[in-house]
Amino acid sequence: MTDYNFAYLDEQTKRMIRRAILKGVAVPGYQVPFASREMPMPYGWGTGGVQVTAACLTPEDRLKVIDQGADDTTNAVSIRKFFQRTAGVATTEATAEATLIQTRHRIPEQPLTQDQILVYQVPIPEPLRFLEPRETETRKMHELEEYGLMHVKLYEDIARHGHIATAYAYPVKVEGRYVMDPSPIPKFDNPKLSDSPALQLFGAGREQRIYAVPPYTHVVSLDFEDHPFEASKAPHDCDLCGASDSYLDEVITDDRGSRMYVCSDTDHCRSRRAAGFIGRLGTPFATEAAE
Amino acid sequence: MTLMQPVALDTPLLAVRGLTKRYGPRIGCADISFDLWPGEVLGIVGESGSGKSTLLSCLAGHLRPDEGEVIFATEDGPRDVLQMAEAERRRLARSDWAFVHQNPRDGLRMGVTAGGNVGERLMAVGARHYGDIRARATDWLGRVEIAVERIDDRPSAFSGGMQQRLQIARNLVTGPRLVFMDEPTGGLDVSVQARLLDLLRGLVREMGLSAIIVTHDLAVVRLLADRLMVMKSGRVVEQGLTDQVLDDPQHAYTQLLVSSVLQV
Repeated sequence: MTDYNFAYLDEQTKRMIRRAILKGVAVPGYQVPFASREMPMPYGWGTGGVQVTAACLTPEDRLKVIDQGADDTTNAVSIRKFFQRTAGVATTEATAEATLIQTRHRIPEQPLTQDQILVYQVPIPEPLRFLEPRETETRKMHELEEYGLMHVKLYEDIARHGHIATAYAYPVKVEGRYVMDPSPIPKFDNPKLSDSPALQLFGAGREQRIYAVPPYTHVVSLDFEDHPFEASKAPHDCDLCGASDSYLDEVITDDRGSRMYVCSDTDHCRSRRAAGFIGRLGTPFATEAAE
Repeated sequence: MTLMQPVALDTPLLAVRGLTKRYGPRIGCADISFDLWPGEVLGIVGESGSGKSTLLSCLAGHLRPDEGEVIFATEDGPRDVLQMAEAERRRLARSDWAFVHQNPRDGLRMGVTAGGNVGERLMAVGARHYGDIRARATDWLGRVEIAVERIDDRPSAFSGGMQQRLQIARNLVTGPRLVFMDEPTGGLDVSVQARLLDLLRGLVREMGLSAIIVTHDLAVVRLLADRLMVMKSGRVVEQGLTDQVLDDPQHAYTQLLVSSVLQV
């Protein structure tokens, strides 16, 4: 603990990041450049999210880290450990108990509150990047609100697949102004971005950008009048907890085509099972705990 | 066909006054003035380096001229394009104007299907109904003689002539009033050129477009242009009706240009 400044980054760096965050909050959806630091983890592992988290953490915070909905996968475990060691903050896996949640590619199923901050890890913050490779040009497009090109991507989807096949990183428009990449969350989570009581911050370490969706901000998923946006999920119930309204992961269980669908949000699934819900393949929660 | 034009016929669509562009001490184009009237096609000819492409880029807002005025008859009356804010100028460039590049790769998105390329301009001016966009793209592919079943192919799978026709469709789909063309037939073989010229002539007449065509090919202007400007070393040396200039060239340079056309 004494070897590191609180939350790893030095105070000047945190100050610089907080300034970027404040600017991002003031201009919802606008990508604020910041001087991203080297972090002791590779790019793509959440270096941007970690820096935003470090700048927001206080010693009283309780941290939860999600990786694809799960609390127990590599990325989540290593980042949680990182802040346990460098900040000494309390951690939790329960969404309701956490004050700061760093997430990779999911928004928790349980609705967030005003007292929570959600930090997203973002690989490529520029939603127009794959259509327009020039940074000077995409900046100009944001500046002049020229977003027709974003619909070209959706047009291409429909032309090729018959429907909007973009399933994650689905582009949104924030507060009627900036088009934003919501990080690679499934489009199932897109409606949760809008009018959320929690502060949502996005950090991209390699691309050196921070942007934000302040609480109660209107976020609209882009679509066509005759092909409206649809928050899709696998048409099943969770096989462990029986939930019909949560985002599901498909798990292949043998090489003869058997599969099961389980909640991608592990905390949501566990708390439902603890409350007595049982899915198609589930066992009562108490017996498993006893084993 | 000019009766269909929304603007008054007693004011020019584009009025250029004293346009000058310098590249350091060298002159790109100097002191160019002309009027372009609704429904008129103006050809600009000259040898390489005579400043015709510089002039076109200045007019279309791709380059910033050092001096002069470019007054366009917008829906709200004549406005100096060079004094407009960039947002407004770009809005003009994707609604009322069109720019056909010599190389279709500069004007098309090669990774996007033909339908998407045509639809992009519609979406850029606010179209948000897939079925409508698709129908208009289909209609325009037909008008530039591209088979409708190729609507979902990428331009990289098209021949050079098809790419150029696709670029024209993409530019004309929003019904612009003024089209800038930079060597639209350059790099195409002669029979494809002839077809493209035929098509262009039909579209320009049918839609009542005004156009400024930059080319070094006198045959192209003979076919398309009503009026002709001959440039040399950044200056206009002669201008007048196309047939008049080509049949009875007055300036020594124009005489040289006309006499150097190869006869088969």
